[in-house]
Amino acid sequence: MIMTAPMPEPTAKAETRDRVANPLPGRVEYNATKAIPDPSLRMDYIRVSNFNFFYDQTAQVLFDLNMDIPERQVTAFIGPSGCGKSTLLRNINRMNDLIDGVRHEGDILINGHSIYDPYLEVISLRKRIGMVFQKSNPFPKSIYENVIYSLRVAGRKKKSELDDTVERSLRGAALWGEVKDRLHDSAFSLSGGQMQRLCIARAIANRPEILLMDEPCSALDPIATGKIEELIHELKASYTIVIVTHNMQQAARVSDRTAFFYLGRLVEYDETQKVFMNPSNPQTEAYVSGRFG
Amino acid sequence: MFASSQKDRPPGEMFVWFTSMGLAVGLLMIVGLLGFIVWNGVAVFWPKPVAEIRLKDGAPLFRGSASVMGVITKQQPIDVRNLTPEQLAHPDPLVRMEKQLFVGNRNTYGASYVYFNAGDIDSVQYPEGVLNIERMEWGNALVYPIALELKDGTRIEASDPAFPGRFSEIMVEVNKRRAAITKIEKGRIGKINHRMRNLQLDERYLERNKTLSPAQQADLEETRERIRQLQAAYEPLAAEALKMRERQNDHHLLFRLATGEERRQAMGDFVHHFWPNQMNTLHKIGQFLHHAKEFLVAYPREANTEGGIFPSLFGTVVMTLLMSLAVTPFGVLAAIYLREYAKQGPFVRAVRIAVNNLAGVPSIVFGIFGLGFFVYFMGGNIDRIFFPRNVELGVPTFGTGGVLWASLTLALMTVPVVIVSTEEALAAVSRGVRQGALACGASKWQTIQTLVLPASAPGILTGLILAMARGAGEVAPLILVGVVALAPSLPVDSIFPFIHLERKFMHLGFHIYDLGFQSPDSEAAMPMVFATTLVLILLVVVLNLGAILIRNHLKRKYMASAF
Ligand SMILES: Nc1ncnc2c1ncn2[C@@H]1O[C@H](COP(=O)(O)OP(=O)(O)O)[C@@H](O)[C@H]1O
Ligand SMILES: [Mg+2]
Repeated sequence: MIMTAPMPEPTAKAETRDRVANPLPGRVEYNATKAIPDPSLRMDYIRVSNFNFFYDQTAQVLFDLNMDIPERQVTAFIGPSGCGKSTLLRNINRMNDLIDGVRHEGDILINGHSIYDPYLEVISLRKRIGMVFQKSNPFPKSIYENVIYSLRVAGRKKKSELDDTVERSLRGAALWGEVKDRLHDSAFSLSGGQMQRLCIARAIANRPEILLMDEPCSALDPIATGKIEELIHELKASYTIVIVTHNMQQAARVSDRTAFFYLGRLVEYDETQKVFMNPSNPQTEAYVSGRFG
Repeated sequence: MFASSQKDRPPGEMFVWFTSMGLAVGLLMIVGLLGFIVWNGVAVFWPKPVAEIRLKDGAPLFRGSASVMGVITKQQPIDVRNLTPEQLAHPDPLVRMEKQLFVGNRNTYGASYVYFNAGDIDSVQYPEGVLNIERMEWGNALVYPIALELKDGTRIEASDPAFPGRFSEIMVEVNKRRAAITKIEKGRIGKINHRMRNLQLDERYLERNKTLSPAQQADLEETRERIRQLQAAYEPLAAEALKMRERQNDHHLLFRLATGEERRQAMGDFVHHFWPNQMNTLHKIGQFLHHAKEFLVAYPREANTEGGIFPSLFGTVVMTLLMSLAVTPFGVLAAIYLREYAKQGPFVRAVRIAVNNLAGVPSIVFGIFGLGFFVYFMGGNIDRIFFPRNVELGVPTFGTGGVLWASLTLALMTVPVVIVSTEEALAAVSRGVRQGALACGASKWQTIQTLVLPASAPGILTGLILAMARGAGEVAPLILVGVVALAPSLPVDSIFPFIHLERKFMHLGFHIYDLGFQSPDSEAAMPMVFATTLVLILLVVVLNLGAILIRNHLKRKYMASAF
């Protein structure tokens, strides 16, 4: 399995990083070597390298992205609507492959292995990456069946394993107490916030390494949002979390690192503290202080 | 308010009226048609009083009698071409009317219905003592009973207060015995016949050879021996049935017709009786229910014009269910491929248009296709491979019309409906759910199987409902691929292998056609036509309601999945 590949040598990493394509005049440049100063970082869990993405032959949405997303931290993607946050996120588990006519250049590596490796099954990739969508999308099944869906499709049948997974995942999603007595009710009987937490439970049921969240709280009320933020905080101990958010406060609250995108380019990527308090780019400063976006 | 000028009115308001009028006309037509069928169909079973009509002096007599008895079924103007100048000039319009009278007693009178000039009728009475008897043959008899002649020689006069009770008792007895006879003949003798037919075919097949090898000779001997054994088993049964049949003639009824003839008939010929002029509403309702039930569960008699429609009802249900079984997987798989897997483009669009147009092909074309492809090609090949003996003897098994080929033909005819509604249902399953499943590591097929299909089930059922409604009422193609006016046996019975897909079957739609247009006395068949039509419509409604109930159940189950 690619995920368990040995850690790449630091020197090799540096080399890759230096091979940043010649920036166009006026283009905001991002140097990944400087971007991850934390020496305790064991590996660049997700590495986006010279990544360009096109929805069709002409419409380029992502431009020459380079970034390393550290493991077991929360990385927030911020930026104005349409800047490509979701597109990048959905490339990490290759959900964009489903769209006809898409094309990409460059690579995304997880643990040093390309996700576009032709020998890699997309399905096994997705099994290692949980995803939570903007609009909660519980399946028309019971709460129980929702949580263990990924195990079901993997063909796992052992009752005790399934039961354990349901409890662990629902506890992990801070939903266990609320639903433990009605696991076999329809998922549609839950409230909006509960549904989204159910989707989180479903996403972590298969013990993925990475959890992708695309504006998971945008449709929720403040109380439900609070719960999910708390949850993200707890989950980061075990998962590498990438969260797209529109909400600046939320990014500031939950994330360790923040990436600011603008028009398909990565403008600034640094410790959240730094991005919000002392951004090095004037555009970032304008955006986080609410002057545009 | 009328003062406001024309030009203040929003333009096109007039058309709202047109649209509502269109709806109103449509509704009126549907309600009118249904009402007409329901009224006439239900009226068939309602017991009507029997009138004794006295004709005026000088009016033409009916079989030499001025008195005639029957149910007045309708009154209508006489065709102008048949009117005499005196009648035309007569001040009383009644003279130009005629009454239709159901006189029954077809064996004596020759016809069930007789017309009288309304002007010739002197008086109409409803005598209490009339008995309406439904018989195995010759339709109903409307009679004045005279006496019961029992086997032991006793005679019970109709005036005897014990007469009605005794009569009813004997009726129960003969009906029970008739059921027992049927059980022997259809059941045990039927089974023997089935085996016998097979053995006789074997025998004929072997006899065709000019010279027989010793093995064949032995075969032939054995077959003949088994035929003899069957014959031996058959004889006591036949004798038993015959004995019971004879006992049906133990008791006789002596009766008189209104026209004066006296007749004597075995009680075993009678099926049911009632006293039409002595009934209160409760009796009438009881009689109505009895009649309606018999209509549904009894076998037809006298070339379908009497008795029930059970085989047709059963055949229609079996065929419709088989059709649903065939059309659902076929249509759903096609729709899944078209919607989920095929690359959307001009080719898929063309296929879709072709499928939609298939729904508009006249049904008889499907019948012809079914005959050519299913019956001759598929059936013929099945026969050649599995029943070479029957082919050799010119007795096709699958190579002739049958309930299987009829169902498949109708399945082919209705598959576009299922494809279209399944495609719509598949398209309605939200992207969120699909992506959620894929993100969980499900393959596309797993996503379809575990989420998309269950969520589309209500839509698929809608398609099936439409298909069934169309299939159950279709007649034209069936005539070519397996429907008959009178089938000797049901497609499902107690003889192994219980479901006989190759058998010809009866169908309500064809039954209606046969009664209305192929029976010798279409006037007499009219009530049966209405009643059968009503049953066919009710059957379609019941099948649809069943499917709708299942659909609603599924909808509740997958409630919020539609958005
Ligand atoms: N399926 C698609 N086909 C074509 N263009 C798309 C598609 N999805 C998104 N886009 C375009 O890609 C750009 C980035 O979209 P997205 O990644 O959703 O932005 P964000 O999530 O930052 O708001 C937008 O201009 C959007 O119009
Ligand atoms: Mg987005």
